[in-house]
Amino acid sequence: MDAFTTHTGIGVPLRRSNVDTDQIIPAVYLKRVSRDGFEDGLFAAWRTDESFVLNNPRYAAGSVLVAGPDFGTGSSREHAVWALMNYGFRVVLSSRFADIFRGNSGKQGLLTAQVAQDDIELIWKYLEQEPGAQVTVDLAARTVTAGDIVAPFGVDDYTRWRLMEGLDDIGLTLRHEDLIEEFESGRAAYLPVTR
Amino acid sequence: MAGTLAEKVWEAHLVRRAEGEPDLLYIDLHLLHEVTSPQAFDGLRLEGRTVRRTDLTLATEDHNVPTTPGPIVDPVSLTQVETLRRNCAEFGVPLYPMGDVEQGIVHVVGPQLGLTQPGMTIVCGDSHTSTHGAFGALAFGIGTSEVEHVLATQTLPLQPFRTMAVNVRGALPDGVTAKDVVLAVIAKIGTGGGQGYVIEYRGEAIESLSMEARMTICNMSIEAGARAGMIAPDEVTFDYLEGRDRAPKGADWDAAVAAWRQLRTDDDAVFDAEVDLDATTLSPFVTWGTNPGQGLPLSASVPDPDRIVDETERADTERALAYMGLEPGTPLKEIPVDTVFVGSCTNGRIEDLRAAAGVLSGRRVADGVRMLVVPGSARVRVQAEAEGLHEVFEAAGAEWRLPGCSMCLAMNPDKLAAGERSASTSNRNFEGRQGPGGRTHLVSPLVAAATAVRGTLSSPADLDKD
Repeated sequence: MDAFTTHTGIGVPLRRSNVDTDQIIPAVYLKRVSRDGFEDGLFAAWRTDESFVLNNPRYAAGSVLVAGPDFGTGSSREHAVWALMNYGFRVVLSSRFADIFRGNSGKQGLLTAQVAQDDIELIWKYLEQEPGAQVTVDLAARTVTAGDIVAPFGVDDYTRWRLMEGLDDIGLTLRHEDLIEEFESGRAAYLPVTR
Repeated sequence: MAGTLAEKVWEAHLVRRAEGEPDLLYIDLHLLHEVTSPQAFDGLRLEGRTVRRTDLTLATEDHNVPTTPGPIVDPVSLTQVETLRRNCAEFGVPLYPMGDVEQGIVHVVGPQLGLTQPGMTIVCGDSHTSTHGAFGALAFGIGTSEVEHVLATQTLPLQPFRTMAVNVRGALPDGVTAKDVVLAVIAKIGTGGGQGYVIEYRGEAIESLSMEARMTICNMSIEAGARAGMIAPDEVTFDYLEGRDRAPKGADWDAAVAAWRQLRTDDDAVFDAEVDLDATTLSPFVTWGTNPGQGLPLSASVPDPDRIVDETERADTERALAYMGLEPGTPLKEIPVDTVFVGSCTNGRIEDLRAAAGVLSGRRVADGVRMLVVPGSARVRVQAEAEGLHEVFEAAGAEWRLPGCSMCLAMNPDKLAAGERSASTSNRNFEGRQGPGGRTHLVSPLVAAATAVRGTLSSPADLDKD
């Protein structure tokens, strides 16, 4: 995983709440067995609508998605994160993220930055007035800057540290294999096995 | 210190706790299916890692499988299923493939085998893993990176959850089922209302439910945004488990039950949030919109966006009604459907099929309505056929299918065409969930069957008036 410190890119105002993972990538696109190539399924249903924001060439190369509350609800599919990242997004701003989506994002290096809805509204207005304008996300300072707007964002300390260091979770856990073995030796005898 | 059920299970699985880091929790059971696992096995292969505990891991084929006899026709679906078979063989993971009597939807298979037990930690790359919480297990959906993590380490680093009690007080009226309860809960707290929480369902109405009904409730916890839903184990739980294939036997059974009896929220424990629902006021519930929180009692009418003050909610409602092709003020009971789907990990168990068959017995599916009945597992199908339920469905004009996820998410050939409308016992009414342009109303098996007969959204009580 690449280390993440700051990112600057075109902001995309997505004026929708409750963007569920079926909208981010419909199930029909989940049949691949690789982690790449999912960008063609990103927001597939909405992209057939000419007025959809990513169909505007000024926003098409966006990398910072600015969304309404409850982003990433529904299915646990990590393909939603891959689709966003394969397309080119590095950051999603929302006032509230679904838990599984946020967890999946942190593992892949997609930053889910929690920004107050009032600030989201200001950023939406700015990006709509200035299509193609850049947004800067500073993970060290935990701020997002869009034009004159400087807004703080929330991200948990551990995810921030892992993103900034570019660390792999499994490698971190395997440092504690002795503790896992110790736990296993104390498990109840009645617990089931699958074979 | 006093604790909630969720906190007790959490603490009992703690492998490592360190300041400023997530807790590392041991996972007792890891379920796999073909959609969210291929990239995880790929990750293991790339790093030269193995599956730490193949004996705590189980795979089944469910999302892509056709529900009519014959092989998988779609080449991409076939690739996914074949990839799962190859990965399970290479890494030594037990697998129930299509055609095996133990095959079925992953969340139906675990409980019916007796693998799902109180106090366990259970994960799967599938958000409806919350189903298993009905046994007092801490069970939740994970992403593919986490699947890889559990395969490699049998543990997961987890940020602590908050706890929420949903108290369903009083007795449920006749004809009101678990599905109606959980749809009412989601409508009350919203699709984000449970975000960050593990919900514990409590109260007389919950205690009176069968294990299968409890699974329906916990299954849809995720639709309220909650990571997991739980119900404290009791005699109903123990009766369900006793004698099942993987349940403890003999002295182990006694030891297990003694431990399970401790799995209750202490009287003086404090939840981070509490929600109360009066069961006696509930009635059959259906969704009208494009998220599971957009639901109303069946006796209500399609909401009018002009009466909604909040700008975002009004815009959401307008968009949902446009997608659903509904006019404000239309009585829900006047909405006609093309398709009725009975099945899924929410309502694809034997009691669900019995409920639907009970309504259909001696009646016919309305002209122009297609009804699919898809058992949640091969065992459910065998049981239903032993009881003659398939004959009731077929005599009514419904299609009796092979087990799988089917039209719940339309990854197999069972789909709605654009503009078609279904009454569905599944869990999500998102845009396009049952096929691009398809429109979904979430309902209970009783409402599904009555709707099939009348052709418009209906409850069994409406049939009695006909």
